[in-house]
Order: sequence, then C-alpha cells, then structure tokens
Amino acid sequence: MKELLDLYLIFLRIGAVNFGGGYAMLPLLERDLAENRGWVTTDELRDYFAIGQCTPGIIALNVATFIGNKRKGAIGGIVASLGFLAVPIVIILLIAAFLTNFAELPVVRNAFAGIRVCVVVLIVRAVEKLWKSSVVDTVTLILYLVIFGLVVFSAYLPIRITTAVFVIAAGLFGVFFGKAGVKK
Amino acid sequence: MIYLRLFWEFFKTGLFSIGGGLATLPFLYEMSNKTGWFTHADIADMIAISESTPGAIGINMSTYAGYITAGVPGGLIATLGLGSPCVIIILIIARLLARFQDNVYVQKALYGLRAASIAMISAACINVVKVSLIHIPAFQASGSLLDLFDLRAIVLAVILYFSMRKIKIHPIAFLAASAVIGIIFRFGGV
Repeated sequence: MKELLDLYLIFLRIGAVNFGGGYAMLPLLERDLAENRGWVTTDELRDYFAIGQCTPGIIALNVATFIGNKRKGAIGGIVASLGFLAVPIVIILLIAAFLTNFAELPVVRNAFAGIRVCVVVLIVRAVEKLWKSSVVDTVTLILYLVIFGLVVFSAYLPIRITTAVFVIAAGLFGVFFGKAGVKK
Repeated sequence: MIYLRLFWEFFKTGLFSIGGGLATLPFLYEMSNKTGWFTHADIADMIAISESTPGAIGINMSTYAGYITAGVPGGLIATLGLGSPCVIIILIIARLLARFQDNVYVQKALYGLRAASIAMISAACINVVKVSLIHIPAFQASGSLLDLFDLRAIVLAVILYFSMRKIKIHPIAFLAASAVIGIIFRFGGV
C-alpha cells in the first residue's frame, strides 16, 4: 500500500511539472526513478519512450503506465497514470471555472516564456543521454537523420503523414535490416 | 446519457491518436463538428493554455470539454476516457514485452525504434526552439538577423545547460528558476 502511494505521489509531482510534451520529463524520471530509487534503468526508460511513440495515447501516460506496471503490476500502472493526471485535471478545471483568460495574463506569459527555454535545455540533455545507446552505427545514424528531417520539414511535404507512421516504419526497418543483441 | 458519450468519444480519441500531443488535434476538430461540445476557437484557446500549463493538449482538452459539457464529473470522466485505452494497451504490451524481450525480432524492432524515438525527440526540441529561442514572424517582418534570435533566451539556455552539467539539483529547480527569470526579465514581452 505504501509503495502504491509512493508511486502515486511521484507521478503526481512529475505530472505537475510536465511541460513541453512529455519529452522534457525524461531527465525528471531519470533523476527520481533511476538515480534516486533505482526502480528503472535509463535503458528501460529509453525503450518505454520508443514504444510510447508508436502506441496510442499520450506518450507521458504510456511511460507512467510502463513504470507503474514494472513496479507493482497492473494496479501500479493504473495508480501511476492517475497520479500523473491529477494535477493537470485540477488546473484545467480551475482555469475553465475561474480563469478563462489565463493564457493571456502577463505574468503567465512571461513565466512560460522562461520555462520554455528550460524545456529546450532539458530535451537537449535527454537527447545527449540517449544518443549513445540509440544511434549505435551508420544504419541507425541514417535512420535518425531521415526521420528527423522528415518530421522537422513535414509541413513542406506534399502529403500529411502522421509521425506514428515514421516510427512504425523504423521498427519494421529494424526487423528486416537491424541487428539483434545491441541492448545496451 | 451524457457521461457515457463523453467517455466514449474521448476513449476513441485516445485509442486512435498515435504519437502523442498534437496527434489528438484532428480528432478534437472532428469531435467539435460532430457534437458541438466545444468550438474551434475553444480548441485554439486550449492549445495556448496547454503551452502554459503542465499536461498534454489531449488531456487538457478532454478535461475542459467534459467540464463545459457536464460539470466537474464530466471533466473527470472525459479525461479517464482519453487515458484508458493508452493504459490498457501499455499493460498488454508490457506483458508481451516481458515474455518476448529476448526474441530476435523484438530486439531488431527495438533497434530501429530507438533511433526513430530519439529522432522524434530531437524534432520536438526544434518545435520548442521555434517558440522560445527564435522569432520567425519578427524576422520575416524586418528581415534583420538581430530580430531572428532572442539573445536573452539564448543566453539563459546556455547558462542552464552548463549549470545542469555542473550542479546536481533536481530539474524542477531549474524549471522554477526559469519561470522566475522569465517574469523578472519579461521574457514574454508583456
């Protein structure tokens, strides 16, 4: 019971500061779960993110479910997800009820302009950490460059392709041309 | 039964929007047309709010739409509807992964997925850079490179980067410090 409460509270805290689309939460998860508690390894986190990107739903929620499940089974996955959702739900309910012009408030705009700068740096740090274990040879480097280019310039492509297609294609590419056993 | 409909509509959105975040947008526009629960202007507002609050746009939109349609219970039920498919699917995948982790095809698929995953994370970073470190509209208006780069933001980014390498405090502290700096130096320009 205490462990479930722990799980809930940790994800409540991460959910409360999950700015920038889930990716910036990687350094937070690393700090709280890998370094401080040893619940998961950085490699596991990396794979959770990779799978979260090609499965339905919010990536951050996918990762929360994975970690909760690893810790305490299905109940753990559900508890971690509920913890993750708690603060965003309360904030939006408050905004919807009382603060319809929330996003226009000068103090909010200035604070978040600052936070976005920090989110950039957090994501850069996440990429740095994952780079070595993900881009392991020329094949993965090419895969990286092609997908990165396609996603960044997706607005200029003649057809709209959802990002999930790229990720699933990369998985299939791996099945046919990839190497097994490069776990670390 | 409005609660059931809210749950079902957002359940479908959660089930079919792959890739997180903005992937829910097309579904939200479609839902707006079909149900009239919220307008396209509400969606635009929610994108702005989502940039200024924690939480993904899909989660925020479901809470907001549920609330304006059926009060606080509506907000809770819609959000649970959005989150359920993703939790269920991951619980299944986690079981399969545990069993087939050493399978050669699973290994090979992950080899490709990891490279793709980090490419998507890098691309997401570019999107945040576009709204935080550079000003494309100002640059297009004046044509001056000085207007393209937000020098104060870039200086803050460099300081943050090296501080994070040196000082081992919790990343939340850096987020809070950045918010305070943003307010003091009016990073939002207001």
